[in-house]
Amino acid sequence: MADAEREDAAETDTPNASDTQEKNTNITIQRISFNAQFWKQMAEDGSTLLKRMEITVAEAEKRTGKKAVNMQETYTVYLLETRPSAAVNEGQSVAPDALWRRYSEFELLRNYLLVTYPFIVVPPLPEKRAEFVWHKLSADNMDPDFVERRRVGLENFLLRVASHPVMSSDGIFYHFLTQERGWKEVVYETGFQAKAESRLRALNATFRVKNPDKRFMEMKHYSDELQSITSQLLRARARVADRLYGVYKVHGNYGRVFSEWSAIEKEMGDGLQSAGHHMDAYAASIDDILEEEEHYADQIKEYLFFSEALRAVCRKHELSQYELETESLDLASKKQQRDELATGTMRTFSFKGMTTKLFGQETADQREARLKLLEEQIVEGEETVREKTTECEEHVCSGWVDIQRFKEQKDRDLREAFINYAFMQMSMCRKGIQMWTNAKECFSKM
Amino acid sequence: MSGNVADSAISPTSPTQTIPADLSGQMLELDEDDDLEVFSKDTTNTDGGSFNASMQTSPGSMINQYKFDEEDEEQEPGAKDIFITVDDPESHVTTIETFITYRVLTKTTRGEFDSSEYEVRRRYQDFLWLRGRLEEAHPTLIVHPLPEKFVMKGMVERFNDDFIETRRRALHRFLDRVADHPILSCNEDFRVFLSAQAWELTSHKKQGPGFLTRMGETVRAVAASVRGVKNRPEEFNSIQEYVEAFSQKMTSLDRITQRITKEEKEYLEELKEYAPTYTLWSGSEEELAEPLKGMANSLDRCYQETEEQGRQLSDCLAPALHEYVLCSETLKAVLRRRDNIQAELEAKNEALATKRADRDAEPRERGVVWQSLLGKNPEEARQLKQQRLAGEIDELKEEIDKMEDRVEWANNALKGDWGRWQRSMRSDLKEAFLSTAQKNVDYYEKCLAVWESFLLSMRAEVSEVDQRAGDS
Repeated sequence: MADAEREDAAETDTPNASDTQEKNTNITIQRISFNAQFWKQMAEDGSTLLKRMEITVAEAEKRTGKKAVNMQETYTVYLLETRPSAAVNEGQSVAPDALWRRYSEFELLRNYLLVTYPFIVVPPLPEKRAEFVWHKLSADNMDPDFVERRRVGLENFLLRVASHPVMSSDGIFYHFLTQERGWKEVVYETGFQAKAESRLRALNATFRVKNPDKRFMEMKHYSDELQSITSQLLRARARVADRLYGVYKVHGNYGRVFSEWSAIEKEMGDGLQSAGHHMDAYAASIDDILEEEEHYADQIKEYLFFSEALRAVCRKHELSQYELETESLDLASKKQQRDELATGTMRTFSFKGMTTKLFGQETADQREARLKLLEEQIVEGEETVREKTTECEEHVCSGWVDIQRFKEQKDRDLREAFINYAFMQMSMCRKGIQMWTNAKECFSKM
Repeated sequence: MSGNVADSAISPTSPTQTIPADLSGQMLELDEDDDLEVFSKDTTNTDGGSFNASMQTSPGSMINQYKFDEEDEEQEPGAKDIFITVDDPESHVTTIETFITYRVLTKTTRGEFDSSEYEVRRRYQDFLWLRGRLEEAHPTLIVHPLPEKFVMKGMVERFNDDFIETRRRALHRFLDRVADHPILSCNEDFRVFLSAQAWELTSHKKQGPGFLTRMGETVRAVAASVRGVKNRPEEFNSIQEYVEAFSQKMTSLDRITQRITKEEKEYLEELKEYAPTYTLWSGSEEELAEPLKGMANSLDRCYQETEEQGRQLSDCLAPALHEYVLCSETLKAVLRRRDNIQAELEAKNEALATKRADRDAEPRERGVVWQSLLGKNPEEARQLKQQRLAGEIDELKEEIDKMEDRVEWANNALKGDWGRWQRSMRSDLKEAFLSTAQKNVDYYEKCLAVWESFLLSMRAEVSEVDQRAGDS
C-alpha cells in the first residue's frame, strides 16, 4: 500500500507552493502516508498543518561524527515523528513517520522562515546554550535535563509554525518534517542565504526614517521593554531558586543529626528517628520543585526570544519605509533636474551642470541626450517607487495582522504560564504542609 | 547533586560560650567582668565565695533530701508557689560604665519570704553571682545555664533590641528553673536575689568565706582534679558518654539552625528583587497588566510570610537549642565536680592505707638510726611513732567517714537531678520542635492561600473578559 501511495505522490507536485522557486525545482518528496488530497483539503477549509497532522519531537540521542579531519564531535539528534491526525482520530494505530534532525537544521529552517516571511513574528528556537542557570543546572549542553527541555522547546517551535495561518503551508517546512535527506540542499537552492545576509545587515544598520508607521514604532519600543524585563525577571528568578535550594538542603542536616541523636535517647529515640526521615524527604523535595519551575522559566524565555522576532518585523518596516523614502527623494531630485534642464535654469546641483559651467556650454545634442537619460531614469524611478510603496504597504498590512495575532497569542500564553506558576507554588506549599505535619506528629511522639 | 551547599561540611566554629570551668567558682576572679555592658573593669569582686552555710548541716540529714521519688519529682501543677517575671530592660549610664538592668517581679506564698510580692532591678552581673553561689552550694546539682555574654560570631550589636530581648527571655527561663527546683529554690542567696534592694544585695554579696578559706578549698579541688578519679561508678560513666554525645548533637543542631536562618535571609534578599520585576512588566502591558500585578502582589505576601517564619526560627528554636548547648557544658562541669569529690575520697583512702601500712610495718633501720641520733631510745621512738600514726589514722578515718557521706550525697544529688534534667530537656526540646513544625505548617498554609486567591482573581478576570467580549 505504501508503494501505491508513493506512486501517487511522485505524480503530484510540491504542495501549495507559495515559493515560486520551489515550483521550478524537481523534488521528489517521499510521501509516505499523505497524498495530494491532504493539501487540497487544507487549502479548502483554511486550516493549518497542525490540524491535519500530529507532530512530535519524541526523543533525543547522542551521536558522534567527524566534523573535520581528526576532529570528532558529539552532538544530539532529535527524533521527529509525524502522523496524520485523521488516522489517529479514527482510532487506527498508525505508526508515525520519523526522521532525525539536529539543532543546526532547526536553525537553518528558522533562518529560512525569517527571510521568507519578514512580516511574521517567527517563533524562536529553544536556547542554544543554557543561560540564566542557577547552581544546580550545569551549563553543559549534554546535560540530560537540558537536552530534555530543549526537546520540548523544539517540538513547541514546530507546533507553532505548523499552526500559523501562513507559515504552515510552506513547502520547505513540510519538507523538513517529512524528508530527512536532501533537505539542506533544497533549502540552499531557494537562495535564501543571500537574502539572509542582507537582512542581517539591514537589521543592524542605523538609518533615520522620516515617517514610520507610529504603531510599528510603538511595537518596537515595546519589544525592547519586553526583552529587558523578561531577562531581568529570569535572572532574578534563577537567583531566588538558588537560594531556595540552599534553604531546603540544609534541612537535610537535621535528618542526619536527628538520626545520630536518636541513638543515644530512649523515649525520644523513635520520634527523633522518624522526624529525621521527614527532614531528609523535605530536603530532597526541592529538586523536583525546581525542575518543574524550569518549565515556567522556559515559557518566559520563549517570550524573551520572541521579543527579538517582534523587533525584527518592526525593523523590516523601518527599512522598507526608509527605502521608499530614499527612492522618493531620489525620484523627486531627478524630476527637478529634468525640469531645470528643460527650462534652462539650474537650481539643482548636478555634475554635468558644474562641468558645463567650468568648461563651457554643452551642445544641444548633449543636452538632449541628458534629458533623455533623465526621463528614462524617472520612468524607472517611478516604477521603483510604486513597487516600494506596494511593498511597504503590504508589509505594514500583513505585518500588523501578524503582530495582532502575536499579541493575542502572547497574552494567552503568558496568562497560562502565570496560572501554571501559581499551581506549582501551591503544589510546593502542599508538599511543605504534608512534610511538616508529618514531622510534627513525630515530634509529638518524642 | 551539585549545589552550593555541602551537606556535611558545615565549617566548625570555635565555641563561643565562656562557661566558667568548675573551678572558677572557687577561684578568685580578677579577670574581666562577665558583664557585657561594662566599658571599664569592675573593681568590686562580686564572685561568690566557697560552699555556703548549708554545707555545715549534717550530711546525713541532707541525704534524704536528695533521694528523689520519681513521682514526687515534679511539683504538682497546683503546688507552684513562686512566680517570677523578668521584664522592662532599662539602660543605666554612669561615669564609668553603661549597663542594662531588668525588673524582676516575684509573687510567692513561701514562708521564708517576708512578703508576698517583690519588685527589684537586677543586672546580668547579679545573675552571674547568683548562679555561681548556687553551683558552689550544690556542686552536683544541675543549675540551668545563663545566656552568654557578647557573642561575636553573630555580629550582634551590644544594645540591639533583639539581643536584649533574647537575653531577657533566657534570664527569665533561668529564674523559672531555679524556682521550680525543689532544692535550689530554697537557697538563701536565691531568696536574697529576689527580694533585696540594690544596696542590700551588694552588702550580702560581700559576705561569705574569706580569701584564705577559699584558697584552701581551691587547692584541694585542683589537687583532686589533677589526680583524677579512679573508680567511677558505671552509671556515671554512661551519663558521661551520653553527655559527650548529646553535647555534640546540640552543637550541630544549633549550627544548622543558624545556617538555615542565614540561608533564609539570603533567600529573602533575592525575593525582594524578584517580585518588583512583575510590577515593572505590568507597566508595559495591557491585558496582562492585572495578572502581572497579581503575581507581584502574591510574591510580596509570600515574602512577608517567609519573614515571619524566619522570626519564629530565631526567636524560638535557636535559643532553645543554644540553651541546651550551654546545658551540656553545665552537665560536664557537674560530672567533673562529682568526680573530684570522689577523687578526694580516694586520695584520703590511699593516705589511710599508706599510714596503716606504715604502722604495721617492721621497724626500719633508718628510722631507728635517726631516732638514736636525736638521742632517743629506739623503743621509745617506735612507740611515739606508733602513737602518732594511730592518731593520724583515727583522724583520717573520721574525715573519710565524712567524705563518704559527702560522696554519697553528691552522687544521689546528681542522680536525682539527672532524671529531672532529662525530663525537662525532653519537654523543652519537644516543645521547641513542635512549635517550629507548627509554624512551618502555618507558613505553607498561608502561602497556599495567597496563590489560591491569585488563581481566583485570574478566573474572575476571565469571566469578566468573556462578559466584555459578549457585550461588544
